[in-house]
Amino acid sequence: MSFLVALAESDSVPTGSTVTDSANWFLEYAWLVPLLPALSFVGILFFGKRMRYKGAELGIAAVALSFLLAVCAGFAWLAHHDDGGYVAVQKSTQWLQSGSVEFGAGILVDGLSVMMLLVVTIVSLLVHVYSTDYVGDDKRYTHFFAFLSLFTAAMLFFVLSDNILQMLVGWELVGVCSFVLIGHWWEEKPNSDAALKAFLTNRVGDVGLIIGTIALFFAAGGGRTFDTVKINEAIVGGDVSQAALVVASVCLMAAVMSKSGQFILHTWLPDAMAGPTPVSALIHAATMVVAGVFMIARLYPVFFEGMQIGGSSINLMATIGAITLVFGGLLAFVQDDIKKVLAYSTVSQLGYMVMALGVGAWTAAVFHLFTHAFFKANLFLGSGSVAHAVHSFDMKKDMGGMRKFMPKTYVTFIIGSLALAGLFPLAGFWSKDEILVGTGGWGLFGDTGGNGAYTFHLLMGMFGAALTAAYMTRCVYLTFHGEYRGGHDHAHDEHGHEAHGDPHESGPRILVPLYILSGLAIVAGFANLPGGFQLVPDSWTERFGHYVEPVGSSYFPKIAHATPSWSLAVVASVVALGGAVVAAYYYFVKVDRLSKETEASLTGLPDGLSKSNRLAGAGHRVLVNKYYLDHFYERVIVAFTKGPLARAAYWVNQNVIDRTVDKAGETAVLAGRHVYDIVDQSVIDGFVDGSGRVSDATGEELRHINSGKVQNYAAILFAMAAVLAGAFLIIFAL
Amino acid sequence: MLLNQFLLLSAVLFCIGVYGVLARKNGVLVLMSIELILNAVNINLVAFAALNTDALNTDVSGDVFALFTIAVAAAEVGIGLAIVLLIYRNRRSIDLSEIDLMKG
Repeated sequence: MSFLVALAESDSVPTGSTVTDSANWFLEYAWLVPLLPALSFVGILFFGKRMRYKGAELGIAAVALSFLLAVCAGFAWLAHHDDGGYVAVQKSTQWLQSGSVEFGAGILVDGLSVMMLLVVTIVSLLVHVYSTDYVGDDKRYTHFFAFLSLFTAAMLFFVLSDNILQMLVGWELVGVCSFVLIGHWWEEKPNSDAALKAFLTNRVGDVGLIIGTIALFFAAGGGRTFDTVKINEAIVGGDVSQAALVVASVCLMAAVMSKSGQFILHTWLPDAMAGPTPVSALIHAATMVVAGVFMIARLYPVFFEGMQIGGSSINLMATIGAITLVFGGLLAFVQDDIKKVLAYSTVSQLGYMVMALGVGAWTAAVFHLFTHAFFKANLFLGSGSVAHAVHSFDMKKDMGGMRKFMPKTYVTFIIGSLALAGLFPLAGFWSKDEILVGTGGWGLFGDTGGNGAYTFHLLMGMFGAALTAAYMTRCVYLTFHGEYRGGHDHAHDEHGHEAHGDPHESGPRILVPLYILSGLAIVAGFANLPGGFQLVPDSWTERFGHYVEPVGSSYFPKIAHATPSWSLAVVASVVALGGAVVAAYYYFVKVDRLSKETEASLTGLPDGLSKSNRLAGAGHRVLVNKYYLDHFYERVIVAFTKGPLARAAYWVNQNVIDRTVDKAGETAVLAGRHVYDIVDQSVIDGFVDGSGRVSDATGEELRHINSGKVQNYAAILFAMAAVLAGAFLIIFAL
Repeated sequence: MLLNQFLLLSAVLFCIGVYGVLARKNGVLVLMSIELILNAVNINLVAFAALNTDALNTDVSGDVFALFTIAVAAAEVGIGLAIVLLIYRNRRSIDLSEIDLMKG
């Protein structure tokens, strides 16, 4: 239904640009939103230490004001959008001019950026408040708040950018701030290593971003412009060559992979947990990692045309997303550190968003970004609340049974987990369901439409949903249920406190943000009820999509919309619930009983005892390895596969496949031997060996240059400069 | 005005600078030599700017560029001296021939 509506709308829109430069005050002056935290950064840096609350009050005030402005802008956009359709507001000014090329600086305000303003400011505001308690006695308290402000400002600057060069600046600013904040406790080597790793991994992707930006600059209709709207319009208008778009989209994809933690460049994300928990919440929910997703959403025509998303059933972006979501979900099982579980969960959820964008479900991806921000911030801050009480992040060693000590945190954490697991009717359910529908791969009970038939991605998404529910169940069990295992050794936490006595509930400055976020995790999903949802009036459905999606806008590709499917929603819920139930049975029943029978904590005995008593140590090690190393797949899935499924498969294997394979094998072996002897041994091996020898010899020669003495390097530099200068002379003289 | 004289002066300064960077062992002197190189470039910029200027036509972009170079050079020497200072604190010496930590 919505598909038809979208088509009707896009037909009726007149051609020409759908951008204006005059609108409501709050939209025109949206640049105040990033400016305020930026000013507060400067203020805190210079005067923070002399303030009464050491700079925190300035940061909170600035972000609160930003939030109010963002809310006003949100309402203004609503009115603006209802009045004259989806017309983005762009205000830009010339930054500098070089030759005939103008470099602009400005803001592009539309539903997408207004939504981002709201999400970033509210999460940042809550994180600020939370931090006043969480890092309350940190020695670099003021410094922490200064960079929290800058981080927020950078992200807001990034989402408001009206040209890709400005986006690049915002992107790098976000990266630098994350580097500083992840390494906040840099005295310990792992922390500064993690910060470096985050920074360097992001640099890898940034190369892609720079190349992509340059490619777009030259490709966009011969216009030589960085302007986002103009580039997008040129692509939608078909003025850009396909080859340029392929290059640009693949390069930008590399940037997204590093920033948004997509599979193979995701490794920095879990390490980034070395930073203080409020920073992790900010990085994972609202800033930093969603920057990549936002960039795809903003430059969607580049990807839509470059990756040829429409009418396909596989493309690079969707596949990377699908792999990431399953891969991240699997890794979340084997983590002992509660924050790492959440970190891999973020990797997995970002995979969902990228996959959704890859299959053309633009609104679903942005909506998932929106809901995910709330429940993931909720979970991170909740884990911080627990860690604050037990002074550790290790679920197995120092947690367990926390629901008795921290009932309020427990409730908010459960709400966040259910929302993440995508159970009805919490936020995650609606957005995840929309992504699954958007794959267009669901063919049962009628075609759902969509941009293509991404069945593989639908299956990966389903599997991911089951994984998500299962690892969150495990995480909740290990943290909040069972017996309290902490307090046995005086664990030093990140602040250097010693654990003493039973843990206790956190204070109001930690709990209130948790309440607000868990409230949002419940209701955020209702923002975009699927069309044709018969329980509510039609005017209540797809509000979010209507709000953010530039349907019919001149700078947005014409994408198809899938029709929501009841059957898919039910199946996806059952799958997620199944994951939760299997994990719940395993942890709440089996593990719970075993840990009571053996009266041991989940990690076995403390180190000292297991060393002195080898038998006890060995016994517990066996226990640990057998039952608790969280090889959920090993114990549950493999056990099931070994049973009836395996027996059936074995029969087929022996009787049908084996005989075929045997015959085929004999033939193949013969052919293979010939190929091996002739092609592999002489041709390929010879080639590989030869190139190895050449590079070996070259390296041996070049080794001498690498003396480590700066003056030798300088000499080479000057010599090369002289050669270049000579080359130029010759070229220009000719 | 004779442009050649300025260009010659600039070339001489540049060569002295390069010699200093390559041959001196003292870190501070190397930094000073880098300043010489940068100033040689400045002379070039200003000289060409003056060449382009006559009674009818004023073009100051060369002079402005030289100003930028001076600003950047100031920042560069600030960082350079800080590095030299740290090296001295750690090693009690700023002899560049002894420092080969950059060896890969």
